[in-house]
Amino acid sequence: MTILVVAEHDNQHLKAATRHVLAAAEAIGGEIHVLVAGQHCAGVAEAARALPGVSCVRLAQSDALESAGAENMAALVVRLAPDYTHLLTAASASGKNWMPRVAALLDVAQISDIVRVDAPDTFTRPIYAGSVWATVRSADAIKAVTVRTTAFEALPETGGAACLETVEAGVDTGLSRRTGLALNASSRPELETARVVVSGGRGLGSAERFSALLEPLADKLNAALGASRAAVDSGYVPNDYQVGQTGKIVAPDLYIAVGISGAIQHLAGMKASRVIVAINKDPDAPIFAVADYGLVGDLNQVVPALTAAL
Amino acid sequence: MKVLVPVKRVLDYNIKARPKADASGVELAGLKMSMNPFDEIAMEAAIRFKEGGQASEVIAVSCGPQANQETLRTALALGADRAVLVETEVELQPLAVAKLLKALVAREQPGLVICGKQAIDDDANQTGQMLSALLGWSQATFASRIELGEGTALVTREIDGGLETLSIRLPAVVSTDLRLNEPRYATLPNIMKAKKKPLETLTPESLGVDIAPRLTLLKVAEPPARQGGIKVDDVAQLLDKLKNEAKVI
Ligand SMILES: Cc1cc2nc3c(=O)[nH]c(=O)nc-3n(C[C@H](O)[C@H](O)[C@H](O)COP(=O)(O)OP(=O)(O)OC[C@H]3O[C@@H](n4cnc5c(N)ncnc54)[C@H](O)[C@@H]3O)c2cc1C
Repeated sequence: MTILVVAEHDNQHLKAATRHVLAAAEAIGGEIHVLVAGQHCAGVAEAARALPGVSCVRLAQSDALESAGAENMAALVVRLAPDYTHLLTAASASGKNWMPRVAALLDVAQISDIVRVDAPDTFTRPIYAGSVWATVRSADAIKAVTVRTTAFEALPETGGAACLETVEAGVDTGLSRRTGLALNASSRPELETARVVVSGGRGLGSAERFSALLEPLADKLNAALGASRAAVDSGYVPNDYQVGQTGKIVAPDLYIAVGISGAIQHLAGMKASRVIVAINKDPDAPIFAVADYGLVGDLNQVVPALTAAL
Repeated sequence: MKVLVPVKRVLDYNIKARPKADASGVELAGLKMSMNPFDEIAMEAAIRFKEGGQASEVIAVSCGPQANQETLRTALALGADRAVLVETEVELQPLAVAKLLKALVAREQPGLVICGKQAIDDDANQTGQMLSALLGWSQATFASRIELGEGTALVTREIDGGLETLSIRLPAVVSTDLRLNEPRYATLPNIMKAKKKPLETLTPESLGVDIAPRLTLLKVAEPPARQGGIKVDDVAQLLDKLKNEAKVI
């Protein structure tokens, strides 16, 4: 068995997600290669070479790969695929975007968002907003898999000494082109990897109150900020703050849910957190059923008091 | 330009799914089924293009058992012009659906396919991308804004860290995210009118598509349960617990 792990990066930094995916690859077993595809990303490939358990890093660079567009990424991975029994990447916005294309072009099923490796051909994945876990077996020669990073503990950054091989980047399919990129500037830790997440819901009532109450708390805890869908839909915070079934999946050491009711779609994104705190004025809010520590009260009083006491 | 919108019939999002007693699947008997919420958003986008004169016809399609007719009638009530059901009792996986949709695209020649980014039952998030690949078309997933131009479209996508805008060549497949629009409700007169709109039924065999499942479902189970915790009285007790019991701060 030889596994290709496709690295997650921004052409400058190798993202931690890759090390979680490597843990899933290790659980499958066999030789592991890492593909770094992008532009001016030789530094990322160098970082990947140091990852433990990786025998070879394959580097593909071109303008066409710079933004990891689905059509070009898929064409590249499909070209490399015959060397492998498994193709793995993170179930991130990027991996979800191009991996199904790869699977379709190879005429194989994709196994999305795995949380467990049961055997090299058998995987467990959450369905129905994580209310149920399904265990599925693939009969396809190549397994195309996206990995829920929070379900696999990251391997260390160093310890390996992989070879480096340059691969042909391929021509631009010309089907799509990035014309704009608006990233939310933030000095906070990344939501997906933060040790502490402070999340706000509709209970915050406005964008002003969201930031006035939750930013000082997040500052004190060096936390990332997250939100429920209702908070995002109401315009309190940008869309990429959304935690849940159809947003981001997080599993920090500490998740503080403020003014969030605990709809199943929200729980799907955070219930694997180590410690959950819920602050809500409704003692019957479903969030309390998953909270280790629940505090019933008005967030307008509780949050400033908590921030002041830290 | 015709717009094709695939719609899926799923367990209503308000209902918590449970495994069947024999672990062979999820219990659906007698439970409320609805159109996948992301497909409602896709329908809404297509209907607005029609209302704005940018689409000539909106065709809703669904693949699955006969009961999917109900979902298609909802699509017709929302504003689709006609509907196609590819009827089968076989369990359909995303690759099979993508192949069926490809065959329908060959028949209907739409300039745009708008689909939901994921179905809230299998949470696979695959079908649109697979269809786009099989057609050799461009794709733009997780759309929060679609602007149609001459032979191209500008699509703003929700990605990790912010928003990305793509210029894509048409024909294309676009998948919808939550912020694209707020879907309308079907009005009673439109529900009545929908009963008279054309709904055609085809089969995978008549389309010449192999839909055999590739993944075998071995079992479904409840996920590991989370122990319920305690309620604390005040901020001081909360801090004490976080520091001394959970040791997370
Ligand atoms: C297809 C689909 C996908 C979805 N995906 C997601 C997803 O990924 N993530 C997600 O989060 N949701 C998702 N949802 C939405 C989900 O169903 C809920 O609607 C949403 O999570 C509710 O957000 P909320 O808890 O902030 O709001 P509400 O349910 O309105 O809860 C607000 C809470 O704030 C409390 N509150 C109000 N004022 C105060 C106060 N002064 N002090 C203390 N507490 C107060 C209230 O008691 C209440 O419990 C999805 C829904 C659908 C249909």
